[in-house]
Amino acid sequence: MVSVHRSHRVSLPALATASLVLVTLALALVFFVVPNDADQGFSQRIFYFHVSIAFTAYACFAGGAWKALVHLWKRDPRADLESYVAVHQGVIFGALVLITGSIWAKISWGHWWLWSEDQLVLFLVLFLFYCAYFMLRYSVDAGPQRANFSAVYALFGVVLIPVSFLAIRIAKSFIHPVVFTRSGPNFGGWMLAAYCVAQAALLVLAYTLYRLELSGKRLDARLRELRLA
Amino acid sequence: MTTAETYVTAAYCAVFAVVLLYVVIIALKLQRLEHEVDELEQRESKAEDDERETIAVG
Repeated sequence: MVSVHRSHRVSLPALATASLVLVTLALALVFFVVPNDADQGFSQRIFYFHVSIAFTAYACFAGGAWKALVHLWKRDPRADLESYVAVHQGVIFGALVLITGSIWAKISWGHWWLWSEDQLVLFLVLFLFYCAYFMLRYSVDAGPQRANFSAVYALFGVVLIPVSFLAIRIAKSFIHPVVFTRSGPNFGGWMLAAYCVAQAALLVLAYTLYRLELSGKRLDARLRELRLA
Repeated sequence: MTTAETYVTAAYCAVFAVVLLYVVIIALKLQRLEHEVDELEQRESKAEDDERETIAVG
């Protein structure tokens, strides 16, 4: 019998409380403290969650790839499950990036989507690549072979993260704003504080949801083993 | 409400709705697992009772 259980330092209720506090604080800063942007006005407030969700999605995909590497290296079945859950989180946050980005594009550019924008298209490619991860995973019977295929696929996808992130920096013509440059962020004061809090809130929220889904998956796996015993 | 306010509200509501939907799906799954644990426990206690009866008769 192979155990997929792993103990964690921070409890799930503590993480859920931290997520709730941070998300509430971020929303309060975004809607009641941060001033209107001089260029985009009120609609710029989408930025705080849209960019934070995008970085969280990248972090989830990178985490999934890291766990995939651990699985291939140590043949640890816990790492396979953790990689799967991290990729799942990444896809959920990736969908949120596309939804919030489309709404922001409509109000700022007048279009829901622009195929001429490298940043948008590359993020869509990254998102669809990881959507296909689930098609691959569920087309193979559960076992070491499925875990290995999934791990290799998750590792390949990680290459797309820097490409997607750097797309707007290497493109010659673009309308997607560049906020983080080599000289630092193009904003400060309450705007920077709100962004930092929103980023922390989304990362903690993603980790909470990751732990929640992981505990469900582990319980499911243990129940299956008990039924077979 | 201005157009910009409507779009910003829509974006934040979409985030809230997706996270809520995800939590509801996970909660339903955990409820199903809890039900399965109860079933297994009942099956085990029934098996123990049957074993006790067999020993008492035998």
